[in-house]
Amino acid sequence: MKKLEVLIVGVGGQGVILASDIICDTALASGYDVKKTDTIGMAQRGGSVVSHIRIASQIWSPLIKEGEADIMLGFEKLESARWGHYLRSGGVAIINNQALPPPSVNTGNDEYPSDERITAILKHRTNVIYYIDGTQRAKELGNIRTYNTLLLGCLSKLTPFKVNIWKENIAQHLAAGLREINLAAFDQGRKEMRNLVSSFS
Amino acid sequence: MKQLLSGNEALAMGSYLAGLRVATAYPGTPSSEILESLTKFDDIYTEWSTNEKVAMEVAMGAAYGGARSLVAMKHVGLNVAMDPFMAASMTGINAGMVVVSADDPGMHSSQNEQDNRYLAKFAKVPMLEPCDSQDACDLVKYAFDISEEFDTPVVVRTTTRVSHSKSVVNINQERIMPTGRRGFQRNVPKYVMLPVHARARHSAVEARLVKLEAYSETFPLNQIFWGKLDIGVVTSGIAYQYARDVFPEASFLKLGMTYPVPRNLIRHFASKVKKLIVIEELEPFLQEAIQSMGVQVSGKEFIPRTGELNTNIVEEASWSAGLLDAPSGKQKQKPQTLPERPPLLCPGCPHAGVFFVLSSLGKRSSVSKSKDRTGEESDLVITGDIGCYSLGANSPFYALDTIACMGAGIGQALGMEKAGISKSIVAVIGDSTFMHSGITGLVNAVYNESRITVIILDNGTTAMTGHQGHPGTGISARGKETQKVELSSLVKGIGVKDVRVVNAFDVRTVRQNIRGALDNPGLSVIIARGVCAMLLRTRSEPRIVDARKCDQCGVCFLVGCSAIRQENDQFFIDATLCVGEACNVCLQICPHKAIVAQSDITPEDLK
Repeated sequence: MKKLEVLIVGVGGQGVILASDIICDTALASGYDVKKTDTIGMAQRGGSVVSHIRIASQIWSPLIKEGEADIMLGFEKLESARWGHYLRSGGVAIINNQALPPPSVNTGNDEYPSDERITAILKHRTNVIYYIDGTQRAKELGNIRTYNTLLLGCLSKLTPFKVNIWKENIAQHLAAGLREINLAAFDQGRKEMRNLVSSFS
Repeated sequence: MKQLLSGNEALAMGSYLAGLRVATAYPGTPSSEILESLTKFDDIYTEWSTNEKVAMEVAMGAAYGGARSLVAMKHVGLNVAMDPFMAASMTGINAGMVVVSADDPGMHSSQNEQDNRYLAKFAKVPMLEPCDSQDACDLVKYAFDISEEFDTPVVVRTTTRVSHSKSVVNINQERIMPTGRRGFQRNVPKYVMLPVHARARHSAVEARLVKLEAYSETFPLNQIFWGKLDIGVVTSGIAYQYARDVFPEASFLKLGMTYPVPRNLIRHFASKVKKLIVIEELEPFLQEAIQSMGVQVSGKEFIPRTGELNTNIVEEASWSAGLLDAPSGKQKQKPQTLPERPPLLCPGCPHAGVFFVLSSLGKRSSVSKSKDRTGEESDLVITGDIGCYSLGANSPFYALDTIACMGAGIGQALGMEKAGISKSIVAVIGDSTFMHSGITGLVNAVYNESRITVIILDNGTTAMTGHQGHPGTGISARGKETQKVELSSLVKGIGVKDVRVVNAFDVRTVRQNIRGALDNPGLSVIIARGVCAMLLRTRSEPRIVDARKCDQCGVCFLVGCSAIRQENDQFFIDATLCVGEACNVCLQICPHKAIVAQSDITPEDLK
């Protein structure tokens, strides 16, 4: 692998930062240079959160250039549409099938974009768009909060890092009581992705 | 050992390795994690100081006393600490003293984007700038050494992008044990800044600068990386990283020490390259220094002077300046118009009810879309302050009319009163901000016989920067219980007669007391107490909307809670976000009593 640039987008409170920390530690443990940077804004909860991850043998800027991300991991659909222009042409979008409407939509002053519109926006960049029912699958597994680990499982199918290194780093970042369920979510994510990729190609 | 650390964590690690013994700070984005990381080391004394001025003074005293000290703050914090900072430059130190200024280009969480490199120059103290976490870890050790060698505080200036980005740090050096230098040695001409001594010290400071200029020439982290010689880039900090990405083949002079600059090294570099450019964020600080040497250089002619840089901006600027060939045919994607996601008060925030009351008393918001009241004459003027509650300026409250800097609201309110405006004047300030710099404003208001109303939003923490302690919380930087400064006693002690402590979640009581305070002809202080939603230990069952009673009037939207939603003409409350009984603000204001606790309704009721 020459380089891998991953943009994770979502809403404050969804676990974007934790997911990005796990990816970075996995890349570091796999022998790469890594830089990451998060843009959070001033909200504690509910604002737009973006994490840039750059992995290669040597990295300068921690910020990904617009149109250069290889993969976008979207925890939320509207945010995925908002940041889609960061994807490189032909990059991969993995999007959690979840809508968290912002206040203007909640109050009826704005409309949440339809799935068709979100797909159309992303298609400016790429046709490789995977929608994952991450939140739903996580709920079925028994902990709705694990959808971010499930999405990491999806992402892992597109990276050269070994599965056991992924798992070690996931375990390291979580309290003992949450490890088992999150590792199960990770495996589920890998399975989901395998099915999607085979049906896609 | 290789580790991924943020710039702030790396500064803490480097300081630990350099034998730091005393660290002080007031929290402020993007600097807060420096002190937080230092609390993990048992043999370093750490404190959240009341404000940056005090933090600077404590660090200064520790350095006088023979302990290596560090004081960390955000850029505007250095404004607050400017007085002792200037004094520390004059007296010099004993053990090493490092002042970290974390600037915020792009104003991710600040009221301005001042470039504090000028403040280091202004104070005539050396300044180092890291470009990533490894650099931060290495460079802070030099900072302590320089401090002791030249008898001066040293500024380490970072920016949000350096402080908050994570990159690989190879920790291979041994820790210098914090044995300390000799303790405080009485030295009146050095430490007692009476005019007679200060005059002599000023000359010493100038002589120190000359020596520092010579040192800068040999500073190991001022580095040249030779590439092609058609373009030579002088740069520092995060701008170095962007420049490396944009000009992969150029030659670089990367300055780790940006004040004083190494003039001979710059001349040498300039003489070898065809075109010399400076790539730096914000002000033309390095460019001016180089131009003053009579060297031909460009930079701010094409690199923006405002906002944070990134690779895209540097690249496009370089295209426009003809330094790089712009690729043909590559079109930028048109920006999409999508619903914004502005920062919001959290569900269960104790500020929401107070702002709802201020908003309605001040005629600021309305449920009717056709009746926009933002332009309407309000009966109130509300001065604001710095914290989460700055968001009270936004929709749906529109309940703050000014925000300037920490603690400014109380003084501004008094000024408005003395200007003779006829409206009632309210100053809103958080508990941590009040401790930081509201107290002196309130003392001033008592002394000058003010009639304003001050509302202290007491959520028991410094919420915005990540829930650090402050004197009113009674919790130390290490999370231990400590002596607590009781807000209401403090306010009474200052001499305020009308002091009201209210439950911030009790809307009726909040309204009665704000009205009462406004009617009171003297100075009033209302302490609106309610725990920060992020610190709430237990949540009760969420509130729900009883669809039979709800007529979608929209009054509940005026509390600005993101848990309250509308979908397909139905109002509902997001059960995963609602904190339940601890808040109950929406339940209290619903005119149709349509918001209830889940247990108050049986499934049959809803059929």
